[in-house]
Amino acid sequence: GMDAIMLQEKLVERLLCARGRTMRQKVDKQYVGFATLPNQVHRKSVKKGFDFTLMVAGESGLGKSTLVNSLFLTDLYKDRKLLNAEERISQTVEITKHTVDIEEKGVKLKLTIVDTPGFGDAVNNNECWKPITDYIDQQFEQYFRDESGLNRKNILDNRVHCCLYFIPPFGHGLRPVDVEFMKALHERVNIIALIAKADCLTPNETKKLKDRVRDEIERFGIKVYQFPECDSDEDEEFKQMDKELKECTPFAVIGSNTVVEARGQRVRGRLYPWGIVEVENQSHCDFVKLRNMLIRSHMHDLKDVTCDVHYENYRAHCIQQMTSKLAQDNRMDSSIPILPLPTPDAETERLIKMKDEELKRMQEMLEKMQQQMHEKDQ
Amino acid sequence: QVAAPVPQPLRRHSQTTLSLVPQNEEKRSLSLGGHVGFDSLPDQLVSKSVTQGFCFNILCVGETGIGKSTLMNTLFNTTFENEEASHYQNGVYLRPRTYDLQESNVHLKLTIVDTVGFGDQINKDESYKPIVDYIDTQFENYLQEELKIKRSLFNYHDTRIHICLYFIAPTGHSLKSLDLVTMKKLDSKVNIIPIIAKADTISKSELHKFKIKIMSELVSNGVQIYQFPTDDEAVAEINSSMNAHLPFAVVGSVEEVKVGNKMVRARQYPWGVVQVENESHCDFVKLREMLIRINMEDLREQTHARHYELYRRCKLEEMGFKDTDPDSQPFSLQETYEAKRKEFLTDLQRKEEEMRQMFVNKVKETEAELKEKERELHEKFEQLKRMHQEEKRKVEEKRRDLEEEMNGFNRKKLAAETLSLSQPLKKDKDKKK
Repeated sequence: GMDAIMLQEKLVERLLCARGRTMRQKVDKQYVGFATLPNQVHRKSVKKGFDFTLMVAGESGLGKSTLVNSLFLTDLYKDRKLLNAEERISQTVEITKHTVDIEEKGVKLKLTIVDTPGFGDAVNNNECWKPITDYIDQQFEQYFRDESGLNRKNILDNRVHCCLYFIPPFGHGLRPVDVEFMKALHERVNIIALIAKADCLTPNETKKLKDRVRDEIERFGIKVYQFPECDSDEDEEFKQMDKELKECTPFAVIGSNTVVEARGQRVRGRLYPWGIVEVENQSHCDFVKLRNMLIRSHMHDLKDVTCDVHYENYRAHCIQQMTSKLAQDNRMDSSIPILPLPTPDAETERLIKMKDEELKRMQEMLEKMQQQMHEKDQ
Repeated sequence: QVAAPVPQPLRRHSQTTLSLVPQNEEKRSLSLGGHVGFDSLPDQLVSKSVTQGFCFNILCVGETGIGKSTLMNTLFNTTFENEEASHYQNGVYLRPRTYDLQESNVHLKLTIVDTVGFGDQINKDESYKPIVDYIDTQFENYLQEELKIKRSLFNYHDTRIHICLYFIAPTGHSLKSLDLVTMKKLDSKVNIIPIIAKADTISKSELHKFKIKIMSELVSNGVQIYQFPTDDEAVAEINSSMNAHLPFAVVGSVEEVKVGNKMVRARQYPWGVVQVENESHCDFVKLREMLIRINMEDLREQTHARHYELYRRCKLEEMGFKDTDPDSQPFSLQETYEAKRKEFLTDLQRKEEEMRQMFVNKVKETEAELKEKERELHEKFEQLKRMHQEEKRKVEEKRRDLEEEMNGFNRKKLAAETLSLSQPLKKDKDKKK
C-alpha cells in the first residue's frame, strides 16, 4: 500500500529533478547557459496551458461519472438525467462532451470528458461501439484537415487522448461486448481497462478477476495502453515497484461523490453498515494508482502516444485509402503516394522499371533470333 | 464559483450513421476540491524533452574576418574547429557544422552555419541568394518530412535556422548598403539579431550614436528584427529592457588575461584590457543572456510557428492549394487532391507516352539493325559464293591446264618413245664406219 505511494512520489520527484539539477549549475564558471532550456520550456508550457480529452465508456451504472468526479475532485455531472430501463430498450449510443477549465498551482488544464451514454444498454447492442469509433475518427479527420490547411494558427485539438473502459465486476471476466469494444478501439485510442465498483469484490476475488481479465486481454490480442518501460539506469527498487504496478492492472476502482468521516479524517468514501470504503485507501482499491498514473505521471505520455502513434496510423491509413480509391478509379494497380506536394518520381520510376524490363526481354528475344539466323547461315 | 449549466446531449445519432458532433461552446471554470495532481504536467513535458534532447541552429552572417567564429567560441566556451577563411571566394557559400554539447543533463545538438565569402566579391548583387536558398532548403526539408505518409517528426533532426546573428562592421557611421539589402531579404524568413562586431574600436559616445543610427535605418526601411518577447510576465521586464540595447555591441575572445586575481576572457591592448564579460566594456553578457539563457526556446518556437508557417503557406499556394477562411465552408482536401491527381495523371500519361514512343523507336531501331545485319549476311554469303565460284573456276582452269600439260607431256613421251624405237640402228652404223 504505502510502497505504491512512494513509487508515485519518486516518479514525480524525478520529474522535478530534471529542472532542479540544472538550476544549481549557475555558479559554474564554464557555464554557457543552455542548461536552462528545460526551464524555458517549463515556463512557456505553463503560460500556454494544457489540454486533455478523456473518454469514459461502459454500461450505465458502473460508476463512470462518479469516478471522473473523484479523479478531478469536482462535480461535472450536476443535474443529469438518468434514463429508466424502458427508455433504454432501443437506446442509441450518444456522444456527449463536457469541457471544463481547471487550474492548480498556476497550471491551467482544459479538460474535456467525452461520455458515451447508452453504450451497451440496449437489448440489441450490435456494433454499439460504432458511434464511438466514428467519433474518434472524426476528431482525427478534423485534425488532419486542419493540419493540412494553409492557415494553421489556431488548430483545436479534440483528439481523444485516453479511454477509460469500465468492466463490470459481476461476471467472470471479459464479456463479448467488452472484447469487441476494446478491439474496435485499441488501435485508435489509448485504452485503460478498469474493474468498476470494486467494492463488491473481496481481495481474493479481485485478484482472480484481474488475472483472468489480463489473461483474456492477451489472448484476444487487445492492445491496451502500456505504461512506458523504466529507464535501464533506474535502481532495482524502483524497477521492482514499477513491475508490481504493472501487475496490478486492470485497476479495480471505486468512486464516490460524498465525503464521509473515517479514522478521524474527512475522506471521499462509501458508507456501508459493515464499514466505510475509502476511495483513496490503497488497501481498499486501486483508485490512487489510477489517479497517479493517469494524471500525475503519464498524462503527457498519453497525449504523445495519441499524436505520435494513433493519429499517425490514422493519417497514413487515410492517405493510402484515398490513393488506392483513386487508383481503382483509373484501373491502375498500384498505390500512388499522393502527397499535397506531388512526387511523381517514385511511381514513374516504377513504371520506367517495368518498361525497362519489357525492353530487356524484347532485346533478348531479338538477340536469340539473330543468333538463330547466324547459325542458319553457317 | 461559476454556475455550471446542464450539459445537453449534443446530437442523437443512430448506431450506423456518422454525424459530426458540434463543439460544446460553453466552457466552464470549476474549482477543485483538493489536490488532483495535474500540476505536474509541465514537469512531465520537460522530462520528455530532456530525454529527447534539444537542437539549435545559428546562422552567422557577416564579412570575412569580422569575428563570427571567435564569437561562437566565446559564446559556447569551446573551440569549434575553424580555419581562417580566404577573401578570394568566387561567391558566398554556407558552411554548416553540427556539434553535440552537453551541460548538466541537457543535450544540445548545435549547428553553426557560417557564411563564407560574404562581402568579399566586387559585385555583391547576388550575395544574399545563397543565404536565402539555404534557409528555404531547411524549411523545404522539414515540409517534405511533414508531408510524408509515414513520418516521424519527433525523431527528425530539425535543421531550420532559429537565429541569424547579423554582424555589422564597426564603422561608426551607419549600416552598409549590403547589410540593408541582405537583412531586408532575410527578415521574413528568420529571426535576426543585429550585432555590432569588434566593438572595442568604438568609444561609448560613438557607440550610442551608432546604435541609434542603425536602429533608425532599420525601422525606416521596414526591416523586422527579432524582438525579445514581452508577453510572459516572468521575463517581460528583462526582455523589454534588452530590446532597448539593440544592436548588441560585442567583443569576442577565447584568450584569457589576468585581471586582479582572476583569469578572464579578454583582449589585451597596450592601453588596457577589454574584458568580454564586463558589461561596461561590451554587450556580450547581454547577448548571451538573451540568446541562450532566456529566449532560446522562444526563438525555436518563432521559427516553427511563424517563419516556417509562412514558408509553408507560400509554398503550398504556389503549388495551387487554395484555402478558405475559417468562416466559410471547410477546406476540402478531397477536391484539392482530385485536382492534384488530375495534374499528376496527365503528367504520368505524358511520361507513359514518351516511354512508349521510346520503346517503339527502340524496337524500330533494333529491327533496322537486324535487317542491316541480315543484309550484310546475305551480302557476305553472296560474296563468299562468288569467291567460291571464282576459286572453283580457277581450280577448274588449273585442272585443265594441268590436264593439258599432262596430255602434252604424254604426247611428247609417246613421240619420244616412237622416235627412240626407229633410231637405234643408225647409231650402230655410225659407230662401225
